[in-house]
Amino acid sequence: MTESHGGTTESRVERVIRARREAGTGALIGYLPVGFPDLDTSVEAAVALAENGVDVIELGLPYSDPVMDGPVIQAATQQALAQGFRLRDGFEAVRRITSRVDTPVVLMTYWNPVVQYGVDRFADDLAAAGGAGLITPDLIPDEAGEWIAASDRTGLDRIFLAAPSSTATRLEQAVSTSRGFVYAVSTMGITGARSDVDTAARGLVDRLREAGSESACVGLGISTAEQVREVLAYADGAIVGSALVSALANGGVEEVARTARALSDGTRVS
Amino acid sequence: MALRTQTGPYFGEYGGRYVPESLIAALDELAAEYESARVDPAFQAELAELHRTYTGRPSIITEVPRFAEHAGGARVILKREDLNHTGSHKINNVLGQALVAKRLGKTRLIAETGAGQHGVATATAAALFGMSCIVYMGEVDTERQALNVARMRLLGAEVIPVKTGSRTLKDAINDALRDWVANVDTTHYLLGTVAGPHPFPVMVRDFHKIIGEEARQQVLDLTGALPTAVTACVGGGSNAMGIFHAFLDDPDVQLFGYEAAGDGADTPRHAATITKGRPGVLHGARSYMLQDEDGQTVESHSISAGLDYPGVGPEHAWLSDIGRASYLPVTDAAAMNALRLLSRTEGIIPAIESAHALAGTLELGRKLGPESVILVNLSGRGDKDMETAGRYFDLIDAEAEQV
Repeated sequence: MTESHGGTTESRVERVIRARREAGTGALIGYLPVGFPDLDTSVEAAVALAENGVDVIELGLPYSDPVMDGPVIQAATQQALAQGFRLRDGFEAVRRITSRVDTPVVLMTYWNPVVQYGVDRFADDLAAAGGAGLITPDLIPDEAGEWIAASDRTGLDRIFLAAPSSTATRLEQAVSTSRGFVYAVSTMGITGARSDVDTAARGLVDRLREAGSESACVGLGISTAEQVREVLAYADGAIVGSALVSALANGGVEEVARTARALSDGTRVS
Repeated sequence: MALRTQTGPYFGEYGGRYVPESLIAALDELAAEYESARVDPAFQAELAELHRTYTGRPSIITEVPRFAEHAGGARVILKREDLNHTGSHKINNVLGQALVAKRLGKTRLIAETGAGQHGVATATAAALFGMSCIVYMGEVDTERQALNVARMRLLGAEVIPVKTGSRTLKDAINDALRDWVANVDTTHYLLGTVAGPHPFPVMVRDFHKIIGEEARQQVLDLTGALPTAVTACVGGGSNAMGIFHAFLDDPDVQLFGYEAAGDGADTPRHAATITKGRPGVLHGARSYMLQDEDGQTVESHSISAGLDYPGVGPEHAWLSDIGRASYLPVTDAAAMNALRLLSRTEGIIPAIESAHALAGTLELGRKLGPESVILVNLSGRGDKDMETAGRYFDLIDAEAEQV
């Protein structure tokens, strides 16, 4: 899962992001939920992300009460749940994707499903499926003791959030406890495309740098190649979600591939 | 350690803050402001004066001997929170939090509501303090509680029907949290029960503990002794925490919380969270909740919209685990029978929520016997439930024809 680099242990996700940064640009991280519109298609769509310029795949596990998500992702994950999504489908999807592409896959999940599955068992099954780590939108480091221990034991990445409203102390905590990257929330809000990516994002990434972050990726509101380029001018990665989910909902895997390819234009060195 | 001195964020293994990082600064700010208000005599005096001149506190107690004949002859005493302005205990917390919001310089209040009682109370406080008010209410609930929607709008609040998820209270809380994340600079989320992330469970409890403090003295004055038992209904659990708190360190006083068992706790249609749920994380705190094997929240069912919630406050989870309070299920049918019984024996029409406590009390009285004294929190009045009761008892056609 991890290997030694420059005296510290570097995870696969960190390695991918560093390679992009050293090439003078940054990483494109693409989100899609498992089980939407069905399990097979969600796997195909994730593979299409990897084949069209996405550097890290963020797979969302549908959850009944997704407080960080806007209408597009809510509608998709609600449909997946109505069709009978189970947690084991998440591990199955990770296994199938990682057997076909080398792109690292992290899961995005609200905390209760992990608690109910068992934190250690969840970590073991995710590692066994070839997953790289977890993004936990409603778990702050202060409450994460069990997950920090399980991720240390298994070598999985743990990606915590940082917000424009976070104090310097909390940013330092997010940086020191995260591995893989820190998820910098671009705006005070929830997921969904926005015409402007908040100027707060640049300020937040600057503050994360001061707190020692080498891997700060910006998410929320990014939906165009232009915005990806703009964000990568100061951040290490740009996270796109709702735009890809809309593409999948409206035009299937082909449209996801086209959208990912277009977004990845924003990662080209000009 | 005294049980009454718990201040969170944890109650045993329950409570905490399971929310997006974006909300942590607001929760820290709220916790600090509440802490300073709590020990500020000027704040306490302002709230006490509001309760005296606006809420109508202290609320009285009423002994109900004709009702008690059906409770094994135990003495039954009601704490009359139904007589508060706006018709329930909810106003205690709403006025307290609105004053805290004012200290924080926030001008916009948001709230979730199920039956509409907390929404009406919040809209009332917003009108009183000149604040704007948005109430999130599941679309299903706006349909079954149309009268309360009209009340909120008349008070100047905007009611937003929530169309996501199961379109009920839990989804209204999700949307209120989403609003708060986006508008935290100007907005206070006026959460209506003893659930949610710290400091809400302890703050909401503190604003309601006046119920038990008054009632404890009132029962002492009336009977010369503490009651044998104290009972209340439990959805999120705010009225129960409010009346239990003053008695937590009186070990001889038994505490009973009655959960909504809908069609029956052993059927799939109930809201008996402690009876049938297991620990998990929902709406920002660790507590008992109704969930499936994968940790997906399961929809609850109760004839009472105010108890129709798949979670419960973390302090109740802890009191249950340590055995200080007992939580028992009461079906729709038992609650509705108790509602009718109190109406006909005492001329008091209770809210369907509170009728769950009355139904539990009938059974408890038969168990504890005629020497016992039971204090019941009558948390709300039944006016809002007339349509449901009318349908349930077939009153609207049958009795209209008799006239």
